[in-house]
Amino acid sequence: MWGLTINVKRKVLKGDITLKAAVGVAAVSITCLLGLLAVELFLGSTRSITKFGLPFVEGTTWDPVHDIFGALPFIYGTLLTSAIALLLGFPISIGVAIFLTEKLKTKKAIANVLGTLIELLAAVPSVIYGLWGLFFLSPLLRDFVETPLHRYLGFVPLFSGTPFGLDFFTAGIILAIMIIPTVSAVSKDILNAVPNSQREAMYSLGATDWEVIQKSVLPYARSGIFGATILGLGRAVGETMAVTMVIGNTPSITASLFSGGYTLSAVIANEFTEAASPLYLSALVELGLILFFVALAINVFARLLLWRMR
Amino acid sequence: MSDYQTTTSKLETKRLKAGFGKLEVLKNVNLQIPERSITAIMGPSGCGKTTFIRCLNRLHELTPGAKVEGEVILDGANIYSPKVDPVAIRRRIGMVFQKPNPFPTMSIYDNVLAGLKLNGVKDKKILDEVAERSLRMAFLWDEVKNHLKKPGTALSGGQQQRLCIARSLAVEPEVILMDEPCSALDPIATAKIEELIVSLKRDYTVVIVTHNMQQAARVSDFTAFLYIGELIEYGSTKDIFENPKSEITEKYITGKFG
Amino acid sequence: MVQNLESEKVDLIIAGISLAPGVARRRRIVNKVMTGLVFTAVVLAMVPLVLILGEVVLRGAPAINLSFLTNLPRPVGVPGGGIANALVGSFIMVGLATLIAVPIGVGAGIFFSEWPESRLSIVSSFANDVLAEFPSIVIGIFVYVVIVLSTKTFSGFAGALALSIIMIPIIARTTEESLKIVPITLREASMALGVSRWRTVIRVVISTGKSGLATGILLAVARAAGETAPLILTALGSFYFPQGLFQPTAALPLLIYTYGISPFRDWQTQAWGAALILIIIMLAFNLSVKFFIGRRPAERAET
Repeated sequence: MWGLTINVKRKVLKGDITLKAAVGVAAVSITCLLGLLAVELFLGSTRSITKFGLPFVEGTTWDPVHDIFGALPFIYGTLLTSAIALLLGFPISIGVAIFLTEKLKTKKAIANVLGTLIELLAAVPSVIYGLWGLFFLSPLLRDFVETPLHRYLGFVPLFSGTPFGLDFFTAGIILAIMIIPTVSAVSKDILNAVPNSQREAMYSLGATDWEVIQKSVLPYARSGIFGATILGLGRAVGETMAVTMVIGNTPSITASLFSGGYTLSAVIANEFTEAASPLYLSALVELGLILFFVALAINVFARLLLWRMR
Repeated sequence: MSDYQTTTSKLETKRLKAGFGKLEVLKNVNLQIPERSITAIMGPSGCGKTTFIRCLNRLHELTPGAKVEGEVILDGANIYSPKVDPVAIRRRIGMVFQKPNPFPTMSIYDNVLAGLKLNGVKDKKILDEVAERSLRMAFLWDEVKNHLKKPGTALSGGQQQRLCIARSLAVEPEVILMDEPCSALDPIATAKIEELIVSLKRDYTVVIVTHNMQQAARVSDFTAFLYIGELIEYGSTKDIFENPKSEITEKYITGKFG
Repeated sequence: MVQNLESEKVDLIIAGISLAPGVARRRRIVNKVMTGLVFTAVVLAMVPLVLILGEVVLRGAPAINLSFLTNLPRPVGVPGGGIANALVGSFIMVGLATLIAVPIGVGAGIFFSEWPESRLSIVSSFANDVLAEFPSIVIGIFVYVVIVLSTKTFSGFAGALALSIIMIPIIARTTEESLKIVPITLREASMALGVSRWRTVIRVVISTGKSGLATGILLAVARAAGETAPLILTALGSFYFPQGLFQPTAALPLLIYTYGISPFRDWQTQAWGAALILIIIMLAFNLSVKFFIGRRPAERAET
């Protein structure tokens, strides 16, 4: 009798331990993977870091022929295109989120369909955005937006370059489209989480629908919406294919939106496999490291903001 | 029922039916609410008293699937008439909720004036005056007068509820609806609020939903008893509690159910 | 004092001052305008979707026929080129990536869900979140440095590895979420009946959460199928069928990119055709997920 009990106990325990160990290994491997990633990125950048040091971040020259490398044009391009993306994508995303949560309260079915359709935007692979951007959007923007802007407002530095269509502007617009699903989906969740009692309090004071949104829902959801936006920014910063196919791929730092440019991710995609010298390769890896840090910082920030809403 | 049914009722419901989708919660309620008095709406849970009160300021219709039929007449005009703007109604008929809901992103000062500012009032002098007057009427001024910039949620539960009352008062409503305003509060805070409610009847018509019979007896002038969506009995509070005409009313009052 | 509720000229008197009737009207107009604006935003968001899908169908459909799907690429100018190797390459790499990512992702997800208080869980969960936010091109760099440089060749294996790294965080997260939803009462009931912990997890918890698990895996696979950037640095692409795992391998998104940016009309058309095939695959994945669960497709996995 006793023997039986002891045997059963041991078997059960063994199974438990095996399971925990097995899945524990899986969990450990993720941490190890991340560690390895960070280590390899650093190691790969060492040559470039020791050669150029901190000035690498401010360096404006990218000259593979003479082995001189600087990251600034790419940091600039990444920031500029992301800024355009946020500027245009944020209002649209918020509008969508507001419409779906506040205006379609009574028509859940339509809200669901619309929501799905917008999420389909996220299902389109980046390279197809790029293809569409290259052949459809870029010529369209060049002829109907950039050229008129340049002709009539060309004295403004932003619109000063001769528009070719493959430039910061087009890249920014494509990114704006690409972040809409993210920002609007998260914002929608945030808005839904605002307690109804807040809306009712506002309604009972005699407020219109919009006033309820503007004065009680949006302020309450402020930090969450900000977090959603930062999340979208993180997405924009890491985008590669769509950007590289429409941005022109020339390192440049200029005020003109119609100038060709380059981003951190685009230059890596384009030049990595052609990198002739070890220093060249290392510089590109260092760009990857910078990109990683930028994306990390943005995402940690976003999560902090979203955490506050819960 | 007839002694108190005069033509000078402030608010009156006629054949009021309300519900959600297929569910009928209120089935033909005809009630007259006299001006400058406190009317308590009582009944066991599920009797429709909250739905009833939310029909009075057209809040019920904001719930998806909500349905309303019949008339609610304010000063002789039906507030559900198609040309009436609910926004205007809700300013004239204010509401205080069960759980205090001050706006967390606004200061106490801004909370009180939230409704007033909607109507475009910008003059600082007027805003200050209204804020002080409303807070005084809500018995809150002395406690917060030096802390007006603090967030609305930095107050205790009872204080928050008084803040919400002050907020409703600031837009100068004619009717104040209260949906179990004390049920989330401790006895001391409750007593303060009951005192405040009684003081309001001098200038306002108050309708208060309560499941606490003693509160209804303490505070109200008239009482209506609802049961499964129907108005069973209505009369002066004294009459209802001492001489209930309906058997159901009597059972509820003596605690046989509810 | 009978106020005419229906008149717009109601004199509003608050705080002793008479408010202009224009105020009420202005507020109504603002309300209408904002409603219109917000609706416009929705329209604006839909337009690109319609345009993109439209273009892909319009420009891609003409390129598609049986030989397109079964032939190998041919030199520019030679008719009859196809995407067969890209289809095969994608299938192999995504398949291999799935085989690698599922055990690790599901395993980690189980660990996060069943032992959330353990220090390993907290650290790994954070690491998982960080991994999820990694730009995919940087993952490509990593695999290049670790695998491609050491094996001295671009390969399908490296490509699959890169894809698996992208898939793991998605699967881990959705697994964790799906299992966390299983009510604790279910676990307690099972263990109270004398069922061991590990059997409880495997039989009860996982089978209850299995639709969520499947969703997560499907979403991860869809994501991997559409990725291009990391493959540029690892699989490189090719014009031939892969002879083994350690050779440059073609993939559908890679082909779209290479052909798309080429100056050749013929290839550009094929790029559109390939894009149409890829979109069909992606939509099939995402819509079927939505169908099964009702959870949000691509987004849920990535936030």
